Amino acid sequence: MRRTIVSGVLALAALGLGTAAIAADEPELKEQHWHFKGPFGTYDRAAAQRGFQVYKEVCSACHSLSLLSYRNLEQLGLNEAQVKGIAAEFQVADIGDDGSAIERPARPSDRFKAPFPNELAAAAANGGKAPPDLSVIIKARSGGPDYVYSLLTGYVPYEQLKPEQIKEFNVQKDDNFNLYFPGHRIAMPPPLADGKVNYVDGTKNTLDQQVRDVVEFLAWASEPHLEDRNRTGIRVILFLLAFAGLIYGVKRQVWADQH
Amino acid sequence: MASQHGAPPVFNNRVVAWIDHRLPIFSYIEKEYHTFPTPKNFNYFWNFGAIATVMLVLMIVTGIVLAMNYQPNSELAFASVERIMRDVPSGWLMRYMHMTGASFFFAAVYIHIFRGLYYGSYKAPRELLWILGVVILLLMMATAFLGYVLPWGQMSFWGATVITNLFSAIPVVGDSVVTWLWGGFAVDNPTLNRFFALHYLLPFIIVAVVALHVVALHVHGSNNPLGIDPKGPQDTVPFHPYYTMKDGFGLTIFLIIYAGFVFFAPNWLGEPVNYVQANPLVTPNEIVPEWYLLPFYAILRSIPDKLGGVIAMFGSIAILFVLPWLDTSRVRSCTFRPIYKWFVFVLVIDVLVLGYCGAHPPEGGFVIASRLATIYYFFHFLVLLPILGKIERPLPLPPSIADAVLKKKAV
Repeated sequence: MRRTIVSGVLALAALGLGTAAIAADEPELKEQHWHFKGPFGTYDRAAAQRGFQVYKEVCSACHSLSLLSYRNLEQLGLNEAQVKGIAAEFQVADIGDDGSAIERPARPSDRFKAPFPNELAAAAANGGKAPPDLSVIIKARSGGPDYVYSLLTGYVPYEQLKPEQIKEFNVQKDDNFNLYFPGHRIAMPPPLADGKVNYVDGTKNTLDQQVRDVVEFLAWASEPHLEDRNRTGIRVILFLLAFAGLIYGVKRQVWADQH
Repeated sequence: MASQHGAPPVFNNRVVAWIDHRLPIFSYIEKEYHTFPTPKNFNYFWNFGAIATVMLVLMIVTGIVLAMNYQPNSELAFASVERIMRDVPSGWLMRYMHMTGASFFFAAVYIHIFRGLYYGSYKAPRELLWILGVVILLLMMATAFLGYVLPWGQMSFWGATVITNLFSAIPVVGDSVVTWLWGGFAVDNPTLNRFFALHYLLPFIIVAVVALHVVALHVHGSNNPLGIDPKGPQDTVPFHPYYTMKDGFGLTIFLIIYAGFVFFAPNWLGEPVNYVQANPLVTPNEIVPEWYLLPFYAILRSIPDKLGGVIAMFGSIAILFVLPWLDTSRVRSCTFRPIYKWFVFVLVIDVLVLGYCGAHPPEGGFVIASRLATIYYFFHFLVLLPILGKIERPLPLPPSIADAVLKKKAV
């Protein structure tokens, strides 16, 4: 029996090692405590709503959020009227009843309006490369929320760089240096700073607060069903544990005459 | 269990009896899954065949539901997967079950293969059973690769590019073959279309081969940890309820671990960059397959020559087809093979090393390590196995399964 256990452990180790191996040598991320981490995690609605404000007032100038509709904001605790109001602030292209091209206020069922009409326009307005869409950005970066947090708080002004950093990464005076961005020179200038967004709920608008809030919002945007997933998961596992106990009992009973 | 030894079953239900008289499916189920005499000494390694079967069914069911909502078009594929995740009721559950299910299907099958290696389940008279298993493994790898392309993320696209390009190593016709596979001059919409069609087709071929695998299994019955044949009823128990209950328990434990990943770490086994839509103009820093293909990827990259690498990679699986004839020992189970049993573990470590190397860029130490590990992999099958069978002195085999089981209890 001991032999079978040992070999079982070895076989499982085969699964573990292969994946654990995929970690590159990047600067260590600033690991944060997130409200949505862990099997009981939920989104902090207030933080995510503030994060939406940060996205709307700052990020959305360049970054699209193409997979989300305005109606999705109801999940964050906004009511129908509020969502209608937010959507109506944007004009979207449509086709009128007579077939002509028209512009109309957005409805809750519309996708978030992108800042640029297409990717070429986005690239042309941003030095040749379109700013990435943020819909799944938290899942699309290794390190997830910690990476985005570190990036947004990881800018170092040119004056504070060490000479060897300037030399190694060939940093020019008007480059943006970011500790966590691969290659360090990032096209995006520091988007947030202390006092940038004035929160409607009166929360103190430090850089850290704004970044934490926008990450909470983007995490929700990336994985809107996380809470449902966690709840279902706990129920499923509790059921399976109970079932395992039951079937183990039956198995013992059945095998009793063989032992 | 009166009908255990040959008497045809009598059905009290008249409808069942009527059908069975014309189409003996109930007799078949009775014979193969109820009274089927099964060695009484299985350990929990023998659960993994049943577990793999359940995973196959789970993959097909979730896959069909996903296919109802997926768009195999390079412009729409990425967004349609996200639509499944966001707007299709329980779509996120189907998608995460399918995505994580692939990993767990492979995990179950790899443990199942290890079981076969350690207990000599591939030896006479089960050579064809084993060969059918290797065919299933190959089909699974193809299906997994094709499926990974469908979300049309960065790793989907570049994985497809790297793997299809392997065929360009074929002398003379290589480039034409690649163009033919792509349906064009690059991985593009036609490639995605056909990959989707094939990804839907192959699982049903797997089902057919699994059916043959099970038919072949039921000719001589299962091997067992002692590797000796049952000599009579005292060595066996009916499959049901003994092994249905034992498999049920093992399966439930397996599903608990699986559910842990599906619900609490669904993306842990995947590459984040696959959540970036495919872009033919931007190559990811590293192109790596999913964990279950890493050892073979390492073998591919360990050979400095492209054609050589491709041959070595396919050879590493092809060699399994002739395993029953490479192993010259007459004893099946490693329980009685004092030397070889350690080399089975060395082989496992070797494959782990290959997997580790496969996950890293082929530079410095990883190149040397993957080359040594590749050499050892082939050395194990081509040199060690044939020679060990001749020189190793196996321990004495017990006279019967019942005898061994009773003796173990007495200790």
